[in-house]
Amino acid sequence: MGNHFAGHRRLFYGTNAQDMKTVVTVKNLVKKFGNFVANDNLNFEVYGGEIFGFLGANGAGKTTTIKILCGLSVPTSGEITVAGFDVYKQREEIKKNIGYMSQKFSLYDDLTIQENIRFYGGIYGLSNEAIKAKTSQYMETLDLYDYAKSRVLDLPLGIKQKLAFSVAVMHEPQIVFLDEPTSGVDPITRRQFWDMINAEAEKGTTVFVTTHYMDEAEYCHRISIMVDGRIDALDSPDELKQQFEVDSIEEVFIQLARTATRA
Amino acid sequence: MRTIRFIIEKEFKQIFRNKMMLPIIFVLPIVQLVTLSYTATFEIKNVSLGVIDMDQSNSSRELIHKFSASPFFDIMAQDFDLKKLEFQMKQGDLEQIIYINNGFEEQLASASSVHSKAGEGPQVQIITDAINGSAANLMSYYASAIMMDFNKNILLQTQPMLASGLGISTPYQFWFNAELDYKKYMVPGILVLLVTMIGTFLSGTNIVREKELGTIEQLNVTPIKRHQFIIGKLMPFWIISMFVLVLGMLLAHFVFKIHIVGSVGLVFAVASIYLLAILGLGLFISTITNTQQQAMFIAWFFMVIFIILSGLFTPEESMPDWAQLINVFNPITYFIRFMRQLMLKGSGLMDVWRDVLSIGIYAISILLLATMRYRKTS
Repeated sequence: MGNHFAGHRRLFYGTNAQDMKTVVTVKNLVKKFGNFVANDNLNFEVYGGEIFGFLGANGAGKTTTIKILCGLSVPTSGEITVAGFDVYKQREEIKKNIGYMSQKFSLYDDLTIQENIRFYGGIYGLSNEAIKAKTSQYMETLDLYDYAKSRVLDLPLGIKQKLAFSVAVMHEPQIVFLDEPTSGVDPITRRQFWDMINAEAEKGTTVFVTTHYMDEAEYCHRISIMVDGRIDALDSPDELKQQFEVDSIEEVFIQLARTATRA
Repeated sequence: MRTIRFIIEKEFKQIFRNKMMLPIIFVLPIVQLVTLSYTATFEIKNVSLGVIDMDQSNSSRELIHKFSASPFFDIMAQDFDLKKLEFQMKQGDLEQIIYINNGFEEQLASASSVHSKAGEGPQVQIITDAINGSAANLMSYYASAIMMDFNKNILLQTQPMLASGLGISTPYQFWFNAELDYKKYMVPGILVLLVTMIGTFLSGTNIVREKELGTIEQLNVTPIKRHQFIIGKLMPFWIISMFVLVLGMLLAHFVFKIHIVGSVGLVFAVASIYLLAILGLGLFISTITNTQQQAMFIAWFFMVIFIILSGLFTPEESMPDWAQLINVFNPITYFIRFMRQLMLKGSGLMDVWRDVLSIGIYAISILLLATMRYRKTS
């Protein structure tokens, strides 16, 4: 498991840590909804070009954190910057530099593939030529010619998810946030999806991804595991397995998730 | 600008891809305008009349003939038993009953003599179903008009010298709607209703739909600016509502022969501001709701109150003070008043500036309010 991307991982860690750009800085992030503490004093950094896995059981607070990092939600306290911009004051600047793929499918069902690409390209300020180029690129790489005329509604889920990812990185953001991008997708499509993620990371895009599939966690350069709104573990998958003296991330996850008090 | 264009383009694609949308835009307004204009009338015609003629004389028959010849009355029953006709009125088959006493002609003859005293004259009883008070007033007004006419004829026949010199003559002149055509009064108001409903419902459910589908979140992580989003969202519905207004005006012109007396340019200039107010209202509704269902209910809530209070069906001057106070916040009131003035009277800007100003202030405030309520963050 995970051997497929071993070479790539080595490449990433071969880079000198001093040269690595910090894309996300989170210091003492707290987010409360009334008395409920969704994010309890989070601290972490995400570096340029890495695939950062953001793990946690349902309700652990992952989506809350992602929404804060995307400027969709304002934190209660903490110092947070994304792509060098402050999440309190520069949310609009952040939005120019990030991509986001939410848990809910968010392309327009009643528009065709090309119309969706055109719309999102347009509102990110891509030129008409760039939109055209991206459209034909995606049609080819995702092999969408069979669906050229059909509405997104009629696409198989796997293709929808791949398309949503492509649209999320169309404007070449510094970092892309993927909130459970592969849930409900078949294993082959999941593998293809991760090929796309890796290709994007190799181009230098930072990938911040949440998932419930532990085999996917193994593909990440570093992972954090959230329990009850806290980050209880943060390291590379190999380091974590050594630390917890187990063979897979799944076992690490289960050990940590067991300590959870909120369901 | 370019961003706004992309949003408008996307909205139009989605609107026209929705199969129900074309009928909603083209057919519904026409059907509403035609049916409402012909049916929303206070005129009373064909009153179902029951007649009891106990006298069976020439005079009584002459009186009854006057009723049957009138376009306002249909004699549906004739009988000698009042109880029977009363029963029919209870069942709703009769709206009015006239009861002519035995001895009507004799009393008429003696009353016409010079020596008769007041109060001794012949009497005809008129019973009216008054469930609808204003309709009852009209029916009894029609009936008494016929009675007066009948009286006058009797007077002319028996005492021509007296009758010719009697009374003050009152020549009536009806301005701005000389034929007292009810449609002329209703059509401008119904036109307002059409564009208001189309505008509020379409804009009210549109943004909420994106909330329901989850696409709003994807839009909110893009660098779209609030004003771009709102202009891009409202512009398509502004265009569609304007189109519906033009369609309605053409119908009014060609079908109802209601020609705009005032300036057509002024009508459209003010309509374009009014539509901003209405779309702003829809937008505001969509910012305070989370589902299309909620939005529809809230929109209906406002619509029903606004329409009833607007003076479309009943004069707003006769509403209680508190209702007139609510009307200050009712954009429909201003625009209906404006449209009636413009279309029927041919008023100029100097006559209607108050309403125009109110619509303008309304549009600005509601759009500001809606824009403030629309947040890209939760």
